[in-house]
Amino acid sequence: MAESTEIRTGVVADPAGTEKEPLFGKKEKILITDPLLDNNPITIQVLGVCSALAVTSLVYPSLVMAVAVVFVCAFSSLFTSLMRNIIPKAVRLIVQLVIIATLVTLVNEALKVLAFPVYKQLSVYIGLIITNCIVMGRLEAFAMANKPWRAFLDGVGNGLGYGLILVAVGVVRELFGKGSLFAGSGIAMNIIGPSNDTTQYWINTAAESGIGSFFGWYANNNLMVLPAAAMFVIAVFIWIQRSYNTKLVDVS
Amino acid sequence: MSTKYIYTFGVIMTVVVALVLAGFRTATADAAARNEDIFNKREILATVAEPLAEAGTPIGSLSDDQVLEIFENQVTQVLVNSVGEQVDQEFSALDLAKEYKKPEDARIYPVNIFDLNGEKYYVFSVRGNGLWDAIWGNIALASDLNTVTGASFDHAGETPGLGAEIKDNSGWKSQFKGKKIFDGDKFVSIIVRKGGAVDPEHDVDGLSGATVTGDGVTKMLWNGLKAYEPYIEEQRAENGATSMNLK
Repeated sequence: MAESTEIRTGVVADPAGTEKEPLFGKKEKILITDPLLDNNPITIQVLGVCSALAVTSLVYPSLVMAVAVVFVCAFSSLFTSLMRNIIPKAVRLIVQLVIIATLVTLVNEALKVLAFPVYKQLSVYIGLIITNCIVMGRLEAFAMANKPWRAFLDGVGNGLGYGLILVAVGVVRELFGKGSLFAGSGIAMNIIGPSNDTTQYWINTAAESGIGSFFGWYANNNLMVLPAAAMFVIAVFIWIQRSYNTKLVDVS
Repeated sequence: MSTKYIYTFGVIMTVVVALVLAGFRTATADAAARNEDIFNKREILATVAEPLAEAGTPIGSLSDDQVLEIFENQVTQVLVNSVGEQVDQEFSALDLAKEYKKPEDARIYPVNIFDLNGEKYYVFSVRGNGLWDAIWGNIALASDLNTVTGASFDHAGETPGLGAEIKDNSGWKSQFKGKKIFDGDKFVSIIVRKGGAVDPEHDVDGLSGATVTGDGVTKMLWNGLKAYEPYIEEQRAENGATSMNLK
């Protein structure tokens, strides 16, 4: 499936690199915007779904994960592209993996110094970026055949496309599963839920009067907390996206 | 591309990557260790967050330096062995994970005694297993060595939103406040009860979607606090046993 979509993006490899082009022209813009919607890594390329199921129960870890993936994706594409002519073809996958693993380890160590609480929260998942199919998929499909600047932009674009879905799924799951948003971060918001303390939630379903009193029937959906919920949410996103843009429907 | 080229490429790449990573780690090791130390100390202070807030220093407002200062001036750190005697060893060198691998009677446990305006709080550290990996925590007892002032937990690899709630869900953690670990003279620990607390003095509600982690916490608290029982009895005797006839 991933291969057929590569062809559809219509990005032509230019290993010779002879033509003179603007630094950020139309083609470069497409590299960033295309993965956000029409060639989204999760909903269209169906890559990186595993981690999208795992980390999205809360918005804040999703956001940090997205930032880390943008970083790793962009710089591994850059380095792979810089080295694309000297990497022996027979061992290219191993070389790509080493580049990704090195960057992920750097991110991990840097987080320990810059944001230790975030590191504690994400420790397992940072390591799992190494196995994120998007990163390696983009290296193999794009960075190995394109110039460094474009490969870098492609990495940024795909990282952002992944992050967009991640955060969107996180918002749905946290809001309906726990009634909060951004829990664990500095701007934690308690949106809806029952509590004796009237100021804890914006909509207090246990309240006797006010807006909250209309929501006495409301309860958090525990299914949303479980990883399986991400699958339904992503499926709904795919459904909506393909009904808007029928070109994306895979006839096979 | 000859085989020789592939080998040479592999060797050079390995050396370069090893140097970069080793260099970066060495350069950041001190800062990372300091951050970790402060993080752990905050976790210990989190168990006495309520008395701290009443004293006018809510834990969220403390800077890193203030945390270190509190530990310097107000916290006595002692090590105790399995029969409750104090052990004369370097406190910071203790690794609880390694202690738990030893046979029970050879283990040494850390106690942080926090002194707030003459009132003593005993913070005990416990360790156990969650669903995927190790979990650990600190639990503070008030000066009667029975009533819980607060608890904080951490984990190596529980699922965010599920098992990791033992660390992230402050509402859940706040249930521990006011619970009692003794029923009369009998040690009963605190049970994380699936489906909701039954006994208001010794139970807390379970977390939905995290039954195994919750059971892990129950087991960890039982084993961990049981290990401190000789020390607790000794301290009670020292503090005057009369105050101990609480229910």
